[in-house]
Amino acid sequence: MDLVKFVEEQAVAKNEVPAFKAGDTVSVHYKIREGNKERIQVYQGVVIQRNSDGTNQTFTVRKISNGVGVERIFPVNSPNIDKVEVNSYGKVRRSKLFYLRGLTGKAARIKSKRV
Amino acid sequence: MSGIIGKKVGMTSLFDAEGRNIPCTVIEAGPCVVTHVRTEEKDGYAAVQLAFDEKKEKSTSAPLKGHFAKAKTTPKRKSVEFKTFPDEKSLGDLVTVEIFAEGDFIDVVGTSKGKGFQGVVKRHGFGGVGGQTHGQHNRGRAPGSLGASSWPSRVFKGQRMAGRTGGDRVKVQNLQVLKIYTEQNLLVVSGSIPGAKGSYVIVDK
Repeated sequence: MDLVKFVEEQAVAKNEVPAFKAGDTVSVHYKIREGNKERIQVYQGVVIQRNSDGTNQTFTVRKISNGVGVERIFPVNSPNIDKVEVNSYGKVRRSKLFYLRGLTGKAARIKSKRV
Repeated sequence: MSGIIGKKVGMTSLFDAEGRNIPCTVIEAGPCVVTHVRTEEKDGYAAVQLAFDEKKEKSTSAPLKGHFAKAKTTPKRKSVEFKTFPDEKSLGDLVTVEIFAEGDFIDVVGTSKGKGFQGVVKRHGFGGVGGQTHGQHNRGRAPGSLGASSWPSRVFKGQRMAGRTGGDRVKVQNLQVLKIYTEQNLLVVSGSIPGAKGSYVIVDK
């Protein structure tokens, strides 16, 4: 696997993202190209998991949009990510928060940690 | 076809210029040594035999030792003949990944992973029965009818049935070369290629 790691190290430009974990609320500034124009869209929600390791890491952000649950998976090193902001640190007891999918409203809140 | 012999290293994914995540395969390709040159006059066809991957002297048979000594090289594991190399090659010449350029389209030949004895659904893509109900008990993945009845009173040749699957020579066409690392002899191509990690592949230009 060494040679695969070598290729990943060489070919993937790493994004600088702040440290965040499952349960944290983040805003992802995502570049969207429309024709020749490029604009930035902010997607805010709760991180429900961080997946994989190395350069192929991803994280999943869940939010409720117009009453419908939406989840988006972002590769951490995607060149389309402009920046990631951490809005609040959540206090959770597991690393994958799939139980949030079954909860809505008040029950789906996450206590925030004081930093 | 001119080309090179390589070894499948593994898969990963890279981002392209538009930010898309492209699945890709890493191939350790070459350096290959020219161990034999076939000519029109002597052999009836022109070709170049390349050899790749070191092998221990003691596990090489005497005739092979002589064959490699002629090209002034160490014994190699895998030899393949390539037709129509663009420039003249002579014994002992090296062929490296530099014959490719980033953005080239290539074909990769390998031996697919053996799957053992498989049924007709996996082997030939039959649909199966398509449901659990309508009288099915344990016939969900059965092939169904093999043909008509009193005529022809036999099963036609070539009827697709269950059997040994995988382990075939497979060629995947039009893969793009995404990256080349000459120092490490690495090729990174888009998509997947046949075979297990560590198996030999032929990269055709």
